[in-house]
Amino acid sequence: MTYFEVFEIPPSLALDARDLEKRFYALSRKLHPDLRRNPAERAQAEEATAVLNDAYRVLRDPVARAEYVLRLEGFDVGKQDSKDVPPELLEEVFELNMALEELQAGDTDALPQLESARQRFAGMRAELDTELQRKFAEWDEAAERDRLAEVRGLLNRRKYITNLIAKTNVPD
Amino acid sequence: MFQIEFDNDNVVGIDLGTTNSLVASMEAARPEIIAGEDGDKLVPSVVSLTPEGDVIVGNRARQELIDHPDRTIYSVKRLMGRGIADVQDELKLFPFHIAPDSESIIRVQLGERTFTPPEISAFILRRLKKNAEAALDAPVTKAVITVPAYFNDAQRQATRDAGRIAGLEVLRLVNEPTAAALAYGLDKRQQGIIAVYDLGGGTFDISILKLHEGIFEVLATNGDTHLGGDDIDNRLLRIALEDIQSEWGDDLSHTGEAVQTLRRDVIRAKEALSFQPAANIEFDWRGKHYHREITRELFENLIKDIVDRTLAPCRACMKDAGVTPEQIDEVVLVGGSTRIPMVRSAVEVLFRARPHTELNPDEVVALGAAVQAGILSGSVENQLLLDVTPLSLGIEIAGGLASKIIHRNSTIPASASETFTTGVDGQTNVLIHVVQGEREMAKDCRSLLRFDLKDIAPMPAGMPRIEVRFLIDANGILNVTARDARTGKEQSIDVQPSYGLTLEQTEAMIDEAIAHGDEDLQAAQVAGARVEADRILLAIEKARKSEAWDALADDERSQITAAIRQLQTVYHGADHHAITDAIAALNEITRGLAENMMNAAVNTALKGTKV
Repeated sequence: MTYFEVFEIPPSLALDARDLEKRFYALSRKLHPDLRRNPAERAQAEEATAVLNDAYRVLRDPVARAEYVLRLEGFDVGKQDSKDVPPELLEEVFELNMALEELQAGDTDALPQLESARQRFAGMRAELDTELQRKFAEWDEAAERDRLAEVRGLLNRRKYITNLIAKTNVPD
Repeated sequence: MFQIEFDNDNVVGIDLGTTNSLVASMEAARPEIIAGEDGDKLVPSVVSLTPEGDVIVGNRARQELIDHPDRTIYSVKRLMGRGIADVQDELKLFPFHIAPDSESIIRVQLGERTFTPPEISAFILRRLKKNAEAALDAPVTKAVITVPAYFNDAQRQATRDAGRIAGLEVLRLVNEPTAAALAYGLDKRQQGIIAVYDLGGGTFDISILKLHEGIFEVLATNGDTHLGGDDIDNRLLRIALEDIQSEWGDDLSHTGEAVQTLRRDVIRAKEALSFQPAANIEFDWRGKHYHREITRELFENLIKDIVDRTLAPCRACMKDAGVTPEQIDEVVLVGGSTRIPMVRSAVEVLFRARPHTELNPDEVVALGAAVQAGILSGSVENQLLLDVTPLSLGIEIAGGLASKIIHRNSTIPASASETFTTGVDGQTNVLIHVVQGEREMAKDCRSLLRFDLKDIAPMPAGMPRIEVRFLIDANGILNVTARDARTGKEQSIDVQPSYGLTLEQTEAMIDEAIAHGDEDLQAAQVAGARVEADRILLAIEKARKSEAWDALADDERSQITAAIRQLQTVYHGADHHAITDAIAALNEITRGLAENMMNAAVNTALKGTKV
């Protein structure tokens, strides 16, 4: 049974979060072990609720949801090698690493540079998210494999940028 | 595995606190605290072994802290589910008498006997059980017990073991802040975001919940299981001890009796400071008198860093919950330490909301536990708690890294499956190390358990496929099962808890209590075993009418019939071990049957859902 089937919705990338939450609450009321008096039923309810919770956790998060759909459709969403810098980011990454090295050497002059890098990356991620939303909607319109391949490309890029943002969050 | 319906009467809610414990039950749709025979609702979490060998608990034991400090223990909650290496810092501050053979399981010395922390907690639970039985005029065998939200697996198991040793069936462990929200939420708002700030005697929790028409969904939780009012007491105590040393020239810090008297006196001053701008520590010792005025200003300087230590978990919790302070509609304060004005104002500043204090912060957790008891027994309708696991669950992988398989703040029950294989040709077992915590390296996380996947059929390396299912149940406790992914057969696993008691050890403790003349416990064990026996017998009765039964081989059916007869034979005896052994045998032999029925039922449950 797929996570979408648990919620009785067709596989889709652009889900209505409100609707999903509503379904989650309704299903929780139906399945939850706390509402079962019979211990044998309770054990079954615990299993069923675990599946429901796992499904909700994945489907409520757009990125986890998209990765789940990719896996369902037979795409390999394994570890992406973070050493493969997307070519258009080469220069940015180089500068970021320089700034980080300076900081490590105790040169706080690089801090503003880091902050502006962080903002730039955050901006890129926001743009990516908008684009992802568009691709999500497109795939929901017509489930074509090429579109999923595009989604995968965007997700990999997003993961890379998220790692970069994490790098810029240097504790002071 | 097979169980029938249990009766719903008299499930109590218990707050097993660091400093005080309480029991509550539902009375005509409202939770009520049950007082002890001395009229006090709070039972001090203090246990003492008298020189005559009797165990006393509560207010009477508190007096023994001063008269017989070497036979008396308080704040045992700090030791629950912990190993000796974990508590070195506590040992400097608390007069615990640890038995020399303590390692991964601590043993506390009380006079001439030693006890594990779950056994000590069981004494407190049994006091509460008796109080409830006296008030309700009926036997009490089932309870909901609260734990700090940030308690790890071992601490939760230790609490459940304590219940078991006390002769209580623990229907559920509920997180304290969540229980408090339940107590508050009874006739309150339909929707909204609530933050519960719980600073107790020894633990700090922060939980953020979303309320939706009776559903209490915990969004995130955070905390510190070693931060609380005890730490504040220790600050005051240190000042007083230093004063006394310079005034009298006596170092009293190693005189148990003096320290306990002084502790009582500084706590009085601390409590007074919540209502007045200054208070006095007054201490009399062997004809000498010590007096010191503590102003609120001095007090606040003294505890500022303790209060500040609660703020980082609050911010992390908001971040994990994905809410800003503006989005929080209500703040609830729990725990005696939230009476301190400085704590209240810190909470107000952080959440930008005036906290609720209508319910007594000492009682609110027990009240909520009673509500959850009502939900489980069906007397409270339309309310449902959806809690989360506070810590990520991981397994140790190559390079000593902890690979996270269930992330913190996942709604429970939560599960994850992992497939393992062998690394060497012909290898027949695989050892797996499970940890809890957020750090990258397994050694920096809390070791939870190790298990051995045994009896793997010898095959070339990488060929076996053992699928392990990790299920964190609604109590926040991990259950592990494994099966061979090729054959679908259940795989035997040998689980070694890193810090907990094994079932056998718990049983041995019950036997020891019975050997010390506890007839109630003996009777409770026999009654409990019979209930269990009734469940399995009735369930098998039902199963015999199913297709799963017909599908069994003839000799399997006759083995089951023989095991049933064995159970019926020992059922009326006074030896609970004979009954539980027969149940275990029957359980073992019906495993295949139960599994078939369970799989069919889970599928039906999921398929049968309509939103």
